[in-house]
Parts: sequence; C-alpha cells; structure tokens
Amino acid sequence: MREMIISELSQALQEIARGFAHYLPRLIVMLILAAVGWVIAFVAKVVLRSILRLVKFDKLSENAGASQLLSKAALPSATEILSRFVFWVAWLGFILLGVSVLGILGLQEQVARFFLFLPRLFVAMFILFFGLLAASFFSRAALLAAVNANVPSPRVLSLALRSIIIVFVLSIVFEELGLAEQTMLVAFGIAFGAMMLGLAIAFGMGGRDLARRFLEKKIVRGKKEENEDELSPL
Amino acid sequence: MLRTEIELAEESFLTDDFLRQLINVGEVDILVGLPTHNNAKTIGSIVHTIQSGILRGFPRERAVIINADGGSRDGTPELVTGVSIDDVRPSSNLYALRTLHSISTKYASSPESGIAFRTILAAAELLRAKACVLMSPESANIEPEWLSKLLGPIYRDGLDLVTPTYRRHKFEGLLITNLLYPMTRALYGLRIREAYAPEFGFSGRLGSQFLGQNIWNDGTGEAGVELRFTLAAIAGKYRICQSFLGEKIHVERHAADLVPVLRQTVGALFSALEPDFPVWSVVAGSQPAPTTGADQEVLLEPLRVNRKRLREMFSTGVAELESVFQSILSPTTVAELQRIALMGEEDFHYPAELWVKTVYEFAASYQKSVISRDHIIQALAPLFRGRVVTFLMENRNASAGGVENNIEALCLEFERLKPYLLELWEFRE
Repeated sequence: MREMIISELSQALQEIARGFAHYLPRLIVMLILAAVGWVIAFVAKVVLRSILRLVKFDKLSENAGASQLLSKAALPSATEILSRFVFWVAWLGFILLGVSVLGILGLQEQVARFFLFLPRLFVAMFILFFGLLAASFFSRAALLAAVNANVPSPRVLSLALRSIIIVFVLSIVFEELGLAEQTMLVAFGIAFGAMMLGLAIAFGMGGRDLARRFLEKKIVRGKKEENEDELSPL
Repeated sequence: MLRTEIELAEESFLTDDFLRQLINVGEVDILVGLPTHNNAKTIGSIVHTIQSGILRGFPRERAVIINADGGSRDGTPELVTGVSIDDVRPSSNLYALRTLHSISTKYASSPESGIAFRTILAAAELLRAKACVLMSPESANIEPEWLSKLLGPIYRDGLDLVTPTYRRHKFEGLLITNLLYPMTRALYGLRIREAYAPEFGFSGRLGSQFLGQNIWNDGTGEAGVELRFTLAAIAGKYRICQSFLGEKIHVERHAADLVPVLRQTVGALFSALEPDFPVWSVVAGSQPAPTTGADQEVLLEPLRVNRKRLREMFSTGVAELESVFQSILSPTTVAELQRIALMGEEDFHYPAELWVKTVYEFAASYQKSVISRDHIIQALAPLFRGRVVTFLMENRNASAGGVENNIEALCLEFERLKPYLLELWEFRE
C-alpha cells in the first residue's frame, strides 16, 4: 500500500515535471515575446508621439472639441492618450501572442478574436475623432452663418446641429464596435426623434413671439432696413 | 515664334479656339481685359466707351479687347464681340489707324474672378502686350478718359501698375478706409488708396511675372486676386502710381454681402502676408505713391444709415461668438470687446487701437490656422460692423478734411502697432 502511494506520487511528480519541462520553453518564449513587445510598443509610442506633435495633432483635437472634453475629465492631451493607447494595444497584442504560444485550449480562440477586433476598434476611434471634428466644424460654421445673417438664437442652432452630429457619430461608433447594436439603434432613434420633437416644440411654443418678430422683420420691414444699410464696404 | 505658340497651346489652360483667335490677332501694344458674367444690360455701352477711349488715347497702337466670360446666359460675349467700332466713329469723329480686335472666351460655366484674370494675363503674355488694363463691367459711369489715365503712365512713362482713386462719399468703401488701406500701407509701406480696385492698368512684364507665381495652383489665388496683384507689385518693387478717375458709380448700388467681400479682400490680404513676410517685416513707416490728378475726393451729402442695427449685430456677434473669439483673439482683446459691446448707443466707441489690435490678432491667427481660415474671416464681420458704427459717429458731422484726418490717424495707428503684429507672428503658438 505504502509503495503504491509512493509510486503514484512519484509518477504524478514526474508528470508534473514533464509537463513543466514541456511548458517551460513556451513560457520563456511568451516572456521573451512580452519583453520584446514592450520594447516595440514603447518605441511605437515614442515615434507616434513625436509624429503627432510634429503634425500638431493637439491643435486638431482642440478644433474637434476633443481637448476640452479630455481636460474636463482631467485626462492628458489627445496626443498622449493616443500614444498610450497604441502602446497598450501593441504590448497587449504581443502578450496575447505569447499566451497563444502556450497552446492553452480555448484561449487561442479568444486571442484570435482580439486580433480580429483590433481593426474595428481603430476604425471606431477614427470615426469618433473625425466625427467630433466634423461636429465642431459644422456647428461653428452654422453659428457664424447665423450670427452674420442676424438669425435669432444662433447658439441654439449651432448646439442643436452639434448634438445631432455627435449622436449620429456615436451610433455609428457603437455599430462599428458591435456593442449593443439593437439597443443603440433604438436609442439613436429615440434620441434623434426626441431632439427633433423638442426643437419643434421649443420653436413653436417658446419661440412663438420670436418667430413672429423674425418673420415680421424679414417680410414687413426687411426692405426698409436693407435700404438703410446701403453702405458699400468697397 | 511659331514654336512658342505651339508650346503654349499644348501647355496652356486656354481653349484651342481662344488660342486660335489670339494667334490671328498677333502682337499688340494695348490690351483691355474685360471679365464678364451676365452683364448684357451694360456691356454694350462699356465696350463703346472702351473703344472710344482707345481711339482717343491710342489711335496708332495695336489694341485688343479680351473678354473673359464666366458662363453668361444673356448673350454678353456676343454683345462684346458684336459691338462695331464704326458705331463709335460717327459720334466722336475718331479714326483708328489699326484694326481694333474684340475677342471673347468662356473660361468656366460659373464666374471666378481669379480664373478670369488669369485668362487675361495669359492672353496678354501670348500677345506680348506692352500695357494692359482691366475694366469692370459694372462701372456705370466709365469714361473714355479712364483708359488714358490708367494706360498712359504704363505705355508712355514705363510704369508697371496704375491703381485708381475715386471721388467717393465719406461713408462708402468703409472696408477700404478702415482696414485694407491702413493695413496694406502699414505693412507694405506704400500708400495705395485702392489696392483692391475694379479697374487698373499694368505692364506686360508685371502681368507675366504674376502669371508665373504659385498662387494659381495653391488655391489662394482664386478670391481677391486683384489685391494679390497689387501686393505682388509692391513686394516686387515695381513702379506704381495712382490715377484719379472721378466718381465711381456701380450699376447696382445695393450693399454687397459683407462676408464674401471679406473673403475676397481681407482673406486675400491675410493669405499674402505669409509668403510676403520677408518683405513686410522689414518695412517701417510708409511712403506716398505718386498720384496724377486729385489724391482722393470726398462727398459729404447726408446718408441715412441704421447705426442701431449695426451696433446690435456687433453686440450679438461678440456675445454669441465668444468661444470663436477665444480661439482667435487674446483674452485682453476679448474682454475689451465684451466691455464695449455692453455700451449704450450714444456711448458706443470702438477705439482705433483696439480695432488695430483686433485686426492684427486675426491676421496672426489666420496665419497659424487656429481654426478654419474661412471661419476666421467670417468671425471678423460683426467686429467690422462695430468699427463701422464708431467711424460713422466720429465722422457724422466731419468735413472732407476731417474725414481724411481721421483716416490718417487710423493709418498711423496701424503703423504704430506694427511691432505688435510682428510679435504675434513670430511668437504665437
């Protein structure tokens, strides 16, 4: 009995040792991959940060309105965030590559899914950034046009346009990421519809007098005022 | 000669038909450029006047009228080419010793002043014109003498650019008197009153030099190319003078939309500052430009202007565009603007110093592209209206001399604060 136990134990220990010996090179490969990945990710971060500073990405981000959002959330600059993001994605990619070398069943599938998800993540970030940029640009264009045309409440108009674009961009981003597609679609429909209804009610009820004055000014007195302002700038 | 023409035909943006017409004309001494777009109502009399001006001033010279049309649908090009010189002769008893050609080309289906001007410059280069003049199809009171006044100094005295001066009402051309003239004068050092003129004369060599510049392909040469032309002449140290033409009356006297005008003028000026930095950064003070005739005449009859509306548009602009101004202007300037925006109608005063600082900060922000450049130009419109209110109030009861003194004081303020622009230009992030 005693001998049997000793034999089983030694057999188990041998199997563990064999298993460890079998996994050790893979573990070393994984650690090497993680270390090399860290170096590559770090270099990628430094290079990207330099390029972004060179092309004044922070200014672009400021124009997009992203910098204001980041500073309100006490986050670093857009350049820093993007550099760090690339660092972590690159390093995580190498770590997962190392993990896949270990040959653990089930984990490989998850790793493959992660790599398949990466392009979508980048596309989503791209859409988000340029969507914010477009929202900022078009809302400012609307604000300037409204002010110069002497349209009442230009800031409301600009804010409404900005909100519509942002809601639209967010819905595309979530769809691209594949996150709660149905929920986002419904939420977008509700938010967009509510916004339009709100604007209609606001203009119809709250801005009734304003609209009347505006129309009166445009139709009844417009011609007179235009004549009074006949000053050629050139 | 033939080889040059073939090369030009291959490389040129001019149409084959237009090139054929130009080749048929041959070399000329005088070229009159006439950009048009749906000007059928006035173009006939303008071409008559031009022909009369050529017959009177340059009867022995080889001359051509080049019409660059931006897709007129009212038969303007046919009217230009259809006007016969025989219609001019009986009335004025004038005879040309040479054939006076009139040719027309459609450069695009919509009007683009830059392309029209480029077409005329290319034609002038191909025809080796010695003296050229650009005439506006909207000038209601063009006189035959204008051609001699604009072309004479170039053809006979060897000058390179003749810009006009006009008899104007004291409240007309406010963008010129409050921004374009003082700023170009302070920066480029030459007192050209109408740097952005609808009609002006220029030499063939200046035209060729300008045609060879990069501005046609980089997108900056489309709007306000006439102003860029004047600035290029100053920067290139060409010989320039001014010529008094008399009263300027436009066909339609409605106030032009301010924003497009700002794009064509202030946008063009701000665009020129970057490539011309080596020129204007070393200029100090200003010199008068030689002028034939009166320097500038001012009309004083009363004019009804809605100052209240202008001031309201200024105040609304300052309040609503705060976030935009924070990107363009310094915090001090924004605070000052907000302070004066709250002033009552009678107390309202947009001081010259603040106006000059505002314009210089806009110019520096334009150069740095802190936001879209077009948005920067648009944001200037409400502030310009505020400055107009102050100008109207300051000169409400002023005599012609008083108005000139006020404009001169503003010019000197632009010159005094030029180091501020240089500081902004070189150090702003």
